[in-house]
Order: sequence, then C-alpha cells, then structure tokens
Amino acid sequence: MVDESTRKTLSTIPLLKTKAGPRDKELWVERLKEEYQSLIKYVQNNKEADNDWFRLESNKEGTKWFGKCWFIHDLLKYEFDVEFDIPVTYPTTAPEIALPELDGKTAKMYRGGKICLSDHFKPLWGRNVPRFGIGHAMALGLGPWLAVEIPDLIAKGVISYKEKNRIGYRVEFIKTYLLL
Amino acid sequence: MSNIQELEAKIKDLEEKLASATQKNVREKIETMSSEVVDSNPYSRLMALKRMGIVNNYERIREFTVAVVGIGGVGSVTAEMLTRCGIGRLILFDYDKVELANMNRLFFQPHQSGLSKVEAAADTLRNINPDVDIHTYNYNITTVDSFDNFTNVLTTSSLTDGPVELILSCVDNFEARFAINTACNEFNLTWFESGVSENAVSGHIQFISPGETACFACAPPLIVASNIDEKTLKRDGVCAASLPTTMGIVAGFLVQNTLKYLLQFGQVTNYLGYSALTDFFPTMNLKPNPNCDDLNCRKRQKEFELKPKPEVAVEAKEEEKPVHEDNEWGISLVEESVDERDVTVSEGVTLAYTFPDQSSIEECQEATSNDVSLDELMAQMKSI
Ligand SMILES: [Zn+2]
Repeated sequence: MVDESTRKTLSTIPLLKTKAGPRDKELWVERLKEEYQSLIKYVQNNKEADNDWFRLESNKEGTKWFGKCWFIHDLLKYEFDVEFDIPVTYPTTAPEIALPELDGKTAKMYRGGKICLSDHFKPLWGRNVPRFGIGHAMALGLGPWLAVEIPDLIAKGVISYKEKNRIGYRVEFIKTYLLL
Repeated sequence: MSNIQELEAKIKDLEEKLASATQKNVREKIETMSSEVVDSNPYSRLMALKRMGIVNNYERIREFTVAVVGIGGVGSVTAEMLTRCGIGRLILFDYDKVELANMNRLFFQPHQSGLSKVEAAADTLRNINPDVDIHTYNYNITTVDSFDNFTNVLTTSSLTDGPVELILSCVDNFEARFAINTACNEFNLTWFESGVSENAVSGHIQFISPGETACFACAPPLIVASNIDEKTLKRDGVCAASLPTTMGIVAGFLVQNTLKYLLQFGQVTNYLGYSALTDFFPTMNLKPNPNCDDLNCRKRQKEFELKPKPEVAVEAKEEEKPVHEDNEWGISLVEESVDERDVTVSEGVTLAYTFPDQSSIEECQEATSNDVSLDELMAQMKSI
C-alpha cells in the first residue's frame, strides 16, 4: 500500500517519537519540538528538491496551526490559507487539515473546509502512531488532495487565477513567474 | 424590485406566521407520568409498557440524563426519540449549523438552515415535549479549548449533579469518537458508539462500559461488510453519501438499546452491525484489550476485575452463543497482517486496519529533540 513515491516522500520527513498530546503538559513541549524539527527539515528538503509547497506556524501552545500552501498549475501559482487544530487525542488521531476558502466549492470536503482524506490515510496514520507528525499529515493528506482537486477545480472553473490585490474575490491567488 | 423596507416587512410577517404555526398546541408541563388513556396524555402508550410487563418502572425514565454528541442525521433522530420517550434531561453537543444540504436526512427543516444544530434541535424538541430539560453546547469537543468543559459537563450534569447516566456518540468522524472514548475512560462513563458508513449502506452501534467491554481504542475501528466489490465502489468526486433510512435505523437501534440499558429490560447488545444491501445484522461481544493504548482503559479493566460480578441469569447464558470464536473468515486486513491483538470479530465485520508494523518505514531519520528551545525552533520555522 505504501507505494514507491509515498515511501520516497516519507523518507524526507523525520519521524517523531514522543507520544504526547496537548493535554500532556511537559511531554507536549517535547513533542512540539520534534514537530518543529521534523517540519523544518521537511520544508528544507522540499526547497532543495525544488518542491517547496507550504509554510506553517502555530500559536504559542502549539494547538492551533495556520499558514499557506500553494499549487502550481500551468505555470501559475494558486495559494490557499491552511489551518487546523491539534485534537485532544493527537497523535493517536491526525489533525483535520482545512482550506477554509474552498469550503462549499467541492464535494471532496467536509464542513468547514476540512479536506476529505483517502481511505488509505487513516489506516496508515493509525499504524504509525506516534511516529507520524504534522509534516506527514501534510505530505500524505494535503499534498495528494491538492494534486487531484486543484486541477479539477480549475478545469471546472470553480476557482480561477486572479491577480493579487483585486478586491472582491473570495479566493485570492498570487501570480508568480516561474524561472525554468 | 422590492426595496429593503418592503423585504424587511415581508420577513417580519413571515417570521410571525412561522412563530404562530410552531407555537400552536403548545402543552403545559406534566408533573407526573400517568398511564391514563386520554387523548391529551402523551405518555399513555409508553406507560402501557408497564401494564404489559415489558418494563417494570417506565416513569423512572424521568430520572435519567443522556448526552447526545453530534446532532446530525443519527443524533437528531436519537434526540427526538428520547424526547418523545420523556427522558429527564437531554444534553446536546454539536458545533455545526443546519444546512440545506442536510435535508436528505430526518428531523431538521429547511427554515432552520443557518441556525446552530443544537439550538434548532432544542427549539423543536422543547416544543414536542416541554417536560424534557434540554441543555445545549455549541462547540467542537476535540479542541483543547472545549474538551475540559465537555468532560466537566459530562461529569456534573445529571439531575443530581453527578455524571450523566449515558452518553450517545452520534458523531461522523474518528477524531470525535476518540475524544469521547478518552473522556469516558478517564471519568469512567458508560457510552454507546454509533456510526453509519461513508457509503451509507452499513452502520453499527457499540456499547462501551469502560473496563468491562472493549473501548474504541482497544481495537482498530470495525467495519460492517457492505458486500460491495471494492473495485466497483467509486469514491471520485465525493466524500460521503448518506441515506435517511440507514441513519434512522441506526438511531432506532441506538435508542432501543439506550432504553433497555436505562430501564433494565431485555438485553443490551454489545455490538450490533447492519448491512443494508443484504439486511444482515451481525452481533457480538467485544472484550477489552489488556494492552489497550489508553492507560485509563487498562486502569478500568483492573478495577472491573476486582469488582464482584453479578450472577449471570441462565437464560442470558444461552443467548451468548452467537459469538464466533474463530476468525478465519472474520478478519480481512487492509494492510499486511501484523499484530491482531487477539481481536475476534463476528462474520461480516472486519477491522479497518491492523496495529503498527514497526518495520514499515525504516529508512526515515528521527526528529531528535536536542538542546534547541521551542521558541528558537518556532523562529527558525518562520524564517525559512
Ligand atoms: Zn481500551
């Protein structure tokens, strides 16, 4: 089930070891440090591989995360806000990643813009508690979702490329020029 | 084209019409349940259960508090059934709003869209039966901010300010089920888990008494086989399907077993599955896993072992047979088989996955926590 490309992606994200959730005071700080270290390494690896696709940060307690993710389609960069809460039962249960601005635009979402994960995600996560962290949720959950859904939404005309700073659009996209 | 004043006047008029339509025949509270058969007594048919010898003491239902978590397709119907049965207190949890997209399900009405599910439900339920004391909580129980309040409500909201008598999980996601499981193991609360599959053609209920029966973390989630060839099951373009029928059936099972548990009649089923395509209803008993990941589950198991057990009635013993001992046809594994943790499941029920395979992704490096402080790491992340 873990195919070669998934395996390759996973190998660029350091694993975690502390099994602690936000209700476990000191251990949670330990876990958070691992989360950040794993994420930093993953983002650096992405940059090196010319595959930089998200930024995340959290509140002080590490319970609320927010940032941006982007997807490049036909040389245009489509950028979206990402947000999620760390559930009290984390890391046994994965965070539910949401793209609020796409809420209501696709059937592949639950309420509040939470992305619909593949049948494979939860079993894979469940089998890798507590070693998988936020980076893994992004790589195995959000990454494949964007790759399938964004081109489809663009093709259907549900989202379209917009220049920055034009007022009145719910979804804001940032134009970038790719250097080949 | 109407101007704003005209539209506002029209809205006011419609709101008044709606209010008068829904406020008709509002009855006064009824002090004591009576079995008198008159057309104004909403309890006569329920109290008849006593006369017929089905339930010894039906009016005790008024002493109980039930919490319903998740007021969607299953939870709203569950809450309505309990309200009509005259439950003492009902506590509703949900963070969602009513949407027109919910109208393929029972209970909510189009004019309620936009309202919070708990408030809209409470309005309707109070109108159906003003004797039921309804409390509502409009938040997501899985977040750190709400979880403490959630456990506090569950442990102090009975009619005698103690723990609620029963919690019914009618949520639609794994995270919320796990949050309920965590709370119930920690505070030793009895609950029912319920669910409908995302393809809408199977469902289940599961009775969980911490330490006595398997908790939600004791085994991977169970799946009732829907007898659909996986290859023909298309998931493209949609997250989940839903049918009012399946949800209504599951809600019926849930409340039926709730009544049996609270009023002590018949037998409470530990696990009851439902496969809609074949009308197949597997049942089984699930023992707790001594190696459950949840520390509080293991603690409750030790407590339960020390408790004196009531004598099992002879007739109840005979009913225990349907549990299938061997699992050669019972378990089908999503992943390659590893540690099944001795989960014995009934025919037609499978495990969603198996527990960790420690060797699956070895080539990864570990994120080691060295001397770097969290603040430094946060700053480093921001500056990439
Ligand atoms: Zn357990």
